[in-house]
Amino acid sequence: MTAHTHGVSSPAPDVAAATSGAASATAAAASAAAAEAYPRIVGALIRITGDWDLAEDCAQEALATALQRWPSAGVPDNPAAWLMTAARNRAIDVLRRATVERTKLRELAVLERGDPAPPESGGFPDDRLRLIFTCCHPALPLEARVALTLRTICGVRTADIARAFLVGEATMTRRLTRAKTKIAQAGIPYRVPEGTTLPERLPGVLGVLYVLFTTGYNADGSPAFADEAIRLARLLADLLPTLRPRPDSSEISGLLALFLFQHSRRDARRDDDGRLRTLEQQDRSHWDRAAIAEGVAILTALDAEPAHRDGPYALQARIAACHATAESVAATDWPRIAHCYDELWLRQPTPVIALNRAVAHGYARGPRAGLALLAEARAGGALDDYPLALAAEAGLIARAGDREHAADLFRRAADLAHSPAERDALLERAAENAP
Amino acid sequence: MKYMMFVCSDQEPDTDKTDEPDINVWVAENDAAGRRVRGAVLAPPSAATTVRVRNGELLVTDGPFTETKEVIVGFDLLECADLDEAIAVARAHPMARDGRLEIRPFADFEQ
Repeated sequence: MTAHTHGVSSPAPDVAAATSGAASATAAAASAAAAEAYPRIVGALIRITGDWDLAEDCAQEALATALQRWPSAGVPDNPAAWLMTAARNRAIDVLRRATVERTKLRELAVLERGDPAPPESGGFPDDRLRLIFTCCHPALPLEARVALTLRTICGVRTADIARAFLVGEATMTRRLTRAKTKIAQAGIPYRVPEGTTLPERLPGVLGVLYVLFTTGYNADGSPAFADEAIRLARLLADLLPTLRPRPDSSEISGLLALFLFQHSRRDARRDDDGRLRTLEQQDRSHWDRAAIAEGVAILTALDAEPAHRDGPYALQARIAACHATAESVAATDWPRIAHCYDELWLRQPTPVIALNRAVAHGYARGPRAGLALLAEARAGGALDDYPLALAAEAGLIARAGDREHAADLFRRAADLAHSPAERDALLERAAENAP
Repeated sequence: MKYMMFVCSDQEPDTDKTDEPDINVWVAENDAAGRRVRGAVLAPPSAATTVRVRNGELLVTDGPFTETKEVIVGFDLLECADLDEAIAVARAHPMARDGRLEIRPFADFEQ
């Protein structure tokens, strides 16, 4: 059964569109309530029927009805229960019409009896957690995990996912269909992993959220799904501690804080002509103070946990916090950043972390110290074609006083740049240092 | 669900030799739990024979031989609740470290 054979006829809205551009406060409240409830509805319907397409179609239709009705009639007291009832009735209709497929009779019977664990009952584990762990199962290819998470949990339209990842809609539809087929055929369970499997699987889920946050671009070059990534990270940070035994959720807290710090700079990252601004060039008064305060509060709460040791995401968040809370580049706590990179390097000895560590030490202990670490990082040619490595070297050399050499290196970095915006920014740095 | 687990050699086995699982313990445990229906070690690829029929004509050849050192050396037929259980069974097999395991579900024509 494909995604479009359930006879759902109303135009399918998507949650992302529903949450923006609302005309009135009531409409905005309706959109927010619907977006919050959406993954609960999909999650419950998949658990009951085992049919991903049916669940998505019926949840989308219930959402469309709600967004038509709620702005005038008012948001019901329990929006999730209202949507669940609407979606369940729709699913019963569809399944009744399809009773020629005798295999669906059992699902129909379960639906007609009513959901044994409706969303308002607070039954554990939350269906949304099952949904997240299933969409992010390591037996699915990474790009499919990202797409399935956006489509099924966030309710983003396939066309919008395709556009952000620069593939055609047909390709993205195939990717999603293949993923759902694999879930069914390979027997990927709809379950939150237990015991030792949970801590093994959690980093993979966080990895999907990270990809979701960092890749995928709108036409204007802004991140396409940062808001969705933040919403999911918040959801995971809220839900994981409800599991028993309680898993270590400090890395999801770290990841959420990291997202918040990076996202706080969204309005300062480009100038009026769309050119990328470096941290040095950004107008810090345009940084989102509320997001920064939330990130700082998350890290403070981590410090208060007994026997806590920062993982890679928490360390990256602490580095981002140093930037986010500094008045200027010069007033930044570089020794602390350098220390965090030392710790990060011990856990993840990758060339890019080695590069950033060298830059941080360059600010903390002077350009010579940075250049020495950079030489180590580049040993073996790991960073040879990486424009930011050349740019980092150029920046350190400029600060050491050899501006002519620096300008030359900035120009070479520009030749290797991955995007026109990056190339322009590097050429600008070259011009600044040219004699 | 039924899964065929192909036991394969791998060019890059694990170098960590601590606490290596015992294949006899693995077989005994999974047989007792009903998760292993049966299994066998296969003779090397040099003992393999390929059979084809083309235009009604039988073609029997030696092999196949591939350049790769990554070959199927055995199999276990598993009966597991879902993929996560099959993965848990596979991870405890000594060849998960010395080689690699490929888990493939039986096709379900009901789906």
